[in-house]
Amino acid sequence: MGTYIIRRLLQAIPMLFLVSIVLFALVNIAPGGPMSAYSRTNRMPEEKKEAIRRSFGLDKPLPVQYIVWLVGNDWMQIDTDGDDIPDGYGTRRGILRGDFGFSYKNREPVLDQIADRLPNTVYLMFFTLLFTGIVAIPIGIISAIKQYSGFDITATTLSFMGQAIPEFWLGLLLILIFYATLNNPFTGEALLPSGGMYTLGEEFSIWDRVKHLILPVTMGMVGWIAWYSRFLRSSMLEVINQDYIRTARAKGQLERKVLYKHALRNALIPLVTMFALDFPYIFTGSLYAELLFSWPGMGRLFYTSATSRDYPILLAILIIGAGIVVLSNLMADIAYAYLDPRVRYE
Amino acid sequence: MNSNEKKLEIKGEASAGMRPPETMTSMAWKRFRRHPGAMIGAVVLVILILATLFAGLSPYDPEKSDIKNRFQAPSWEHPFGTDGLGRDLLTRTLFGGRVSLSVGLMVVGITLSIGVPIGSIAGFYGGWVDAILMRIIDATLSIPSLMFLILLAAILRETDLPFVKGNSVMTIAVVLGVLTWPTVARLVRAVFLTVRELEYVKAAEALGASDLRIIVKEVLPNGFGPVIVESTLGVGYAIMEESGLSFLGFGIMPPTPSWGNLLNNAQEHLIQYPWLAIFPGMMIFFTIISVNYIGDGLRDALDPYKVLAEIGE
Repeated sequence: MGTYIIRRLLQAIPMLFLVSIVLFALVNIAPGGPMSAYSRTNRMPEEKKEAIRRSFGLDKPLPVQYIVWLVGNDWMQIDTDGDDIPDGYGTRRGILRGDFGFSYKNREPVLDQIADRLPNTVYLMFFTLLFTGIVAIPIGIISAIKQYSGFDITATTLSFMGQAIPEFWLGLLLILIFYATLNNPFTGEALLPSGGMYTLGEEFSIWDRVKHLILPVTMGMVGWIAWYSRFLRSSMLEVINQDYIRTARAKGQLERKVLYKHALRNALIPLVTMFALDFPYIFTGSLYAELLFSWPGMGRLFYTSATSRDYPILLAILIIGAGIVVLSNLMADIAYAYLDPRVRYE
Repeated sequence: MNSNEKKLEIKGEASAGMRPPETMTSMAWKRFRRHPGAMIGAVVLVILILATLFAGLSPYDPEKSDIKNRFQAPSWEHPFGTDGLGRDLLTRTLFGGRVSLSVGLMVVGITLSIGVPIGSIAGFYGGWVDAILMRIIDATLSIPSLMFLILLAAILRETDLPFVKGNSVMTIAVVLGVLTWPTVARLVRAVFLTVRELEYVKAAEALGASDLRIIVKEVLPNGFGPVIVESTLGVGYAIMEESGLSFLGFGIMPPTPSWGNLLNNAQEHLIQYPWLAIFPGMMIFFTIISVNYIGDGLRDALDPYKVLAEIGE
């Protein structure tokens, strides 16, 4: 197992390099390049533009820029005033040492901006995933043990609907229903707020936080519930038809125990893998939910950076995201082997 | 003489008891017809496609504004109401459907034309070719998809490559195709891995068939079922993602309507004029649910094990 993990990690390294080269190249082939964000907004003199280009290291050839982005330039002499004479060591440390550079827009370190937004995204996604589990797991179990019952057919139909409903449209509908149409009968205000994490200028209260969570969480979890409940249903059905379940019944085990102790445990294993594969959303967040409900998280940071062509931020989020995806895939495989002793990796 | 007649008799009996020869297609069609969801989905989808094809019959122009009739609520003249420029929303939704549906089909075309050859090559040749192609696939799949789509769309709309100019339908289809081919490639590769070592393939090789012939004629037909199912579901996925991108303002740009940018447009006046958001979204919803049901029906219909079980083998 140890060697397997090490081998997988070693395989991941060239792959992440490939991802980083592709992303870096993509961003830099955009016409006008990263500088277009500046040259469009204001007519600055050519020398000033040159100075900015130099300060971001954009005057260097692309491969050099890539290396600086990757490993930094604090180990080499660089020319900062454009006279072709090196003036001293650079200050960049490169993404491999956790320096993702500076935002073009406000010149703040990229990592600071991510650190600002990440907790909000984790907060939202935690509750989204939590409630997905709370709703999807019972639905999946009941659908499987009562296969083709009224409940199962309803759940199946709803799950087809849940998978087909566009997340952003669902968000708009939720706002229309719970913000625009329904009112709180006591205060006459909108039943639920249409955005933000809490009411500005009000003291902290749990209820206020919860009110702000309900709609974005609902919007994010509908598709997931549809998907997870179907998945658990089929995995449960597969387990129920196995011989050891028949054995458990034959020896007179209580049906409740057969289902929840013998069957469910094994049926949940593939679900754990699924969860590990969805885990990266904890980092990237739900872009649509964050945009519609003005939630200051990673998805919205990515979106606003994309509209303003703030490429260092886009690169950082994508590359960290890819790293997390790779690690989650590995975790999924390890968890699978750990939970199911029949699975062995060499 | 006697014994000969008896033999013939037995033969006659046997053939009378056998079902008439059936092709795989007719068996699949039979199974598909029995899937109520798939049949309803197919009917709905055909109606939607016909409606978008005949969108030109509408008395209204999808792009010409009519300021006097801004923000009309749904009525007999305007069943879906009118938008902020007084344009008939039903007409725009139908024209938008042309765009959204054709993006869906184009994406699947791109996906198949990249995914099938790459999957075939990786699965057939194996070794380092396979290793490299698989790493490329893994790398593509590891980048968070919606964000990658936004980045690609943001970059491509400013480039002037042939075919993919600006925010054209083709650009969006290419952007989505970049993300969807790996799934099909993996599927095709898996088919090759299961079939490649079978004796009939070895036999073809021994008879001197070329690699191309073995790939195309001997192995690929085995992947027909799963690839058809995946492509069907892929149309739905592409329509959903196109709407999402256009909704975010990175997809098809107005005045060309698409279901996504109609929704984007509706956001601004969501509370006062909700119909602007309700109808285009409903179209996306009905299209995708139909496509998914059709895909589900095809999966059942083309599953070789279920077909065998039906014949009783």
